[in-house]
Amino acid sequence: MIDRRPFVQKILKDRKDNLRVVSGIGTSTWDLMSAGDNKGNFGFIGAMGQSIPFALGLAKAQPDMRVLLFTGDGDTLMSLGSIATIANHPVSNLTIVVLDNESYVETGSQPTATAGKTDLQLIAEGSGISNSYTVTSEEDYEKIMNTIYKEEGPSLIVIKCQAKATPLVFPHSFDGSVSMNRFKETMKI
Amino acid sequence: MAELIKDWRNDIYAVFKDLDITMVSHVPDAGHTPLINLCEKDNEIDVVTLTTEQDGVGLSCGAYAGGRKSALLMQSSGVGNCINALALPNICRIPFLTLVSMRGEWGEFVPWQVPMGLGTPKVLEAMDIKVFRADYVEEVGPTVDAAAKFAFNTNRSAAVLLSQKMIGAKQFKNG
Repeated sequence: MIDRRPFVQKILKDRKDNLRVVSGIGTSTWDLMSAGDNKGNFGFIGAMGQSIPFALGLAKAQPDMRVLLFTGDGDTLMSLGSIATIANHPVSNLTIVVLDNESYVETGSQPTATAGKTDLQLIAEGSGISNSYTVTSEEDYEKIMNTIYKEEGPSLIVIKCQAKATPLVFPHSFDGSVSMNRFKETMKI
Repeated sequence: MAELIKDWRNDIYAVFKDLDITMVSHVPDAGHTPLINLCEKDNEIDVVTLTTEQDGVGLSCGAYAGGRKSALLMQSSGVGNCINALALPNICRIPFLTLVSMRGEWGEFVPWQVPMGLGTPKVLEAMDIKVFRADYVEEVGPTVDAAAKFAFNTNRSAAVLLSQKMIGAKQFKNG
């Protein structure tokens, strides 16, 4: 089991200019923001289930950039059909990292389906995402970095994480229009 | 005679081209099929078939973040699936355009279509979407143009309801 926050920070250390990072509702956004403020980040604080289709739209619109989505098992489970959509409208520049702690930590750590019989890697494979794997150790760090920056996507990586509450780290604004305009400006380079 | 051959879906396609809408997502509906076919034949338009309508909201918003304009095509039954997702363009002031083919109103045969047909304008308005409506063929082009400009010029959400009167009510035959 991986301690998610320091691992997200490690993945984003010395990030390249062509990377745009999106995070799904909840802890994923606090994790992303904990790695330091960056105009190339867009964090969801609501609209559960929308981060995966959002990342697809962004990756299609910006084929020369690498798009990385950090999201949780709860957000992903709400939007399983979008994985099938991505498989059938493929984008080579998209990596989805599911930080799978098998629980809805923010609401009191109720178990999700992945605590039971559900395997998101198998769902991704069955949906047609051929580059899909599960990580349980930080030893796979280089493999993950290679997927994010180099491999032909779409890719879905399930990172099995400890379920523990972590301090909330807010984005520079809670106003979605401020976050969106700031993020959108980074597409012009 | 020319009027009879003219298809209002061509007028929507012309608006897409005029306003540089290059991504079109949909859960298919027979009312939209000629438009979907036109978009699929166009190499400059990406057509994305969704598994549920709400994903088209996120897709449109991500495309906008990346600098592309899009539209979501759906049947009225899909509007209810989108409600919470519509918070995203609202709070982020992202222009969002959807074209809704109506069921459950003019000469409807299937009772199951009626609840969401009746609910569609109310649900959209409840989520602060500007609702436009086209009841006649000649209204379609100007209405879609106005709705798209409203959305893209004011960074708001707009929907065009395409009436069942215009699309034609589907009649089923048992056996």
